[in-house]
Amino acid sequence: MAVKVIIPTPLRQFAGKHESVNLEAGTVGDALNALTLQFSDLKKHLYSDDGRLRSFVNVYVNDEDIRYLQREKTAVQQGDTISIVPSIAGGAKA
Amino acid sequence: MATRLTQPVPTPATEPALSKQEVLRYSRHLIMPEVGMDGQLKLKNAKVLMIGSGGLGAPLGLYLAAAGVGRLGIVDFDTVDFTNLQRQVTFGTSDVGRKKLEAARERLANLNPEIQIDTFETRLSSDNALDILRDYDIVVDGTDNFPTRYLVNDACVLLGKPNVYGSIFRFEGQASIFGYPGGPCYRCLYPEPPPPGLVPSCAEGGVLGVLPGIIGCIQAMETIKLIIGKGEPLVGRLLLFDALGMRFRELKLRKNPECPVCGAHPTVTKLIDYAEFCGIRGEEVPAQTVSVPEITPKQLKQRLDRGDDIYILDVREPHEYQICNLHGHLFPLGDLPKRVSELDSSREIVAHCRSGKRSGEAVEFLLKAGFRKISNLKGGILAWSDEVDPSVPKY
Repeated sequence: MAVKVIIPTPLRQFAGKHESVNLEAGTVGDALNALTLQFSDLKKHLYSDDGRLRSFVNVYVNDEDIRYLQREKTAVQQGDTISIVPSIAGGAKA
Repeated sequence: MATRLTQPVPTPATEPALSKQEVLRYSRHLIMPEVGMDGQLKLKNAKVLMIGSGGLGAPLGLYLAAAGVGRLGIVDFDTVDFTNLQRQVTFGTSDVGRKKLEAARERLANLNPEIQIDTFETRLSSDNALDILRDYDIVVDGTDNFPTRYLVNDACVLLGKPNVYGSIFRFEGQASIFGYPGGPCYRCLYPEPPPPGLVPSCAEGGVLGVLPGIIGCIQAMETIKLIIGKGEPLVGRLLLFDALGMRFRELKLRKNPECPVCGAHPTVTKLIDYAEFCGIRGEEVPAQTVSVPEITPKQLKQRLDRGDDIYILDVREPHEYQICNLHGHLFPLGDLPKRVSELDSSREIVAHCRSGKRSGEAVEFLLKAGFRKISNLKGGILAWSDEVDPSVPKY
């Protein structure tokens, strides 16, 4: 299925400065794998060492949080949009 | 699934009426059936606490004061800095160096002398948050760091107060309402903060000045809607704004039944040490743990004046080079690994960036790659401007 993955601003520097990337995938997990294969720098920002999605990064299919669907096993349809939404706080040095 | 408000945030009616002056001041509210005298009285009786009077707090404070929120509390311990003026429109050039609270109070009181402004010149902490928040009906989070966001969230959930959230980064913003009865809280969305240093601050990443203006206005709008009980609030909705594309998107936020703070079986029942939670202990953790060889701007100047052959390696971005430079060779930090073969390890190399942090990382990287004649310009081009050549602009 052709899906679009939206890259949030803080992570664009690790994804070749792209705002979004078009990929072929059957599930959210497939799409994220394909993404991190293409942009290996992105991997450590999305995944912790034990291979789990970092908890300050949320992933949505269209407008639904995958934690309330089937997580990385969530199936995607043609034309779906996968959004990566990290926490941001602006302002002072973290 | 939008939450239609069944009842507005309760604001005990202590003021029974509006004065003639107030009727005239707020006439544009009063002639709208959605507000009317009822709505304006609710605003007059409302007590809203703003955490932070910076980029988000500027439009927020201005519009809440303009709308007639009867009691406005502001928490901020900071001083107005020259670099704030690009976006913190409550302040003017003559306010630089003043306490933000003083300058904000003056500005807001001038805009609307009818309202009560409470100021809290303190850093919000686990020791004082519950006491400070207690008297207010709604809290608006305009802070600039993760520990305070988690603190405000937890305090609001513990006290049962809605938390109107807004945040920004460069040209993207987020807005939502957390802690509304039955709705999610910030931890439902982000159970854990990012490790320090992973998400750059405005000082490091930059921000389009007007962006917090837009998000702060959205926060003001949502606060007013909560008070008057009209419209559909951003409860259970994460509003995402992309300024460059001029697009709004919305994602569904669900209340996490296992949320440690607002879930059915909360494990966080009192405020914790948020600095520890966010991985920061006391003062800022230094970026490099390996100590790298350093050279001060004065030392570098002496050596250059002597005619020493030094290769100046500038690891900043092209747009920074345009602001000011030391005529160095530009190798943006992110490109360094790919371009390292362009460097001659037999030459003496001094790496610099804006403040010495990124160049420190570059030196660490090059040391590991086998370079020996390499050092970091301590304090970066900012220190060069301070100590050697004041004609170099600082940014």
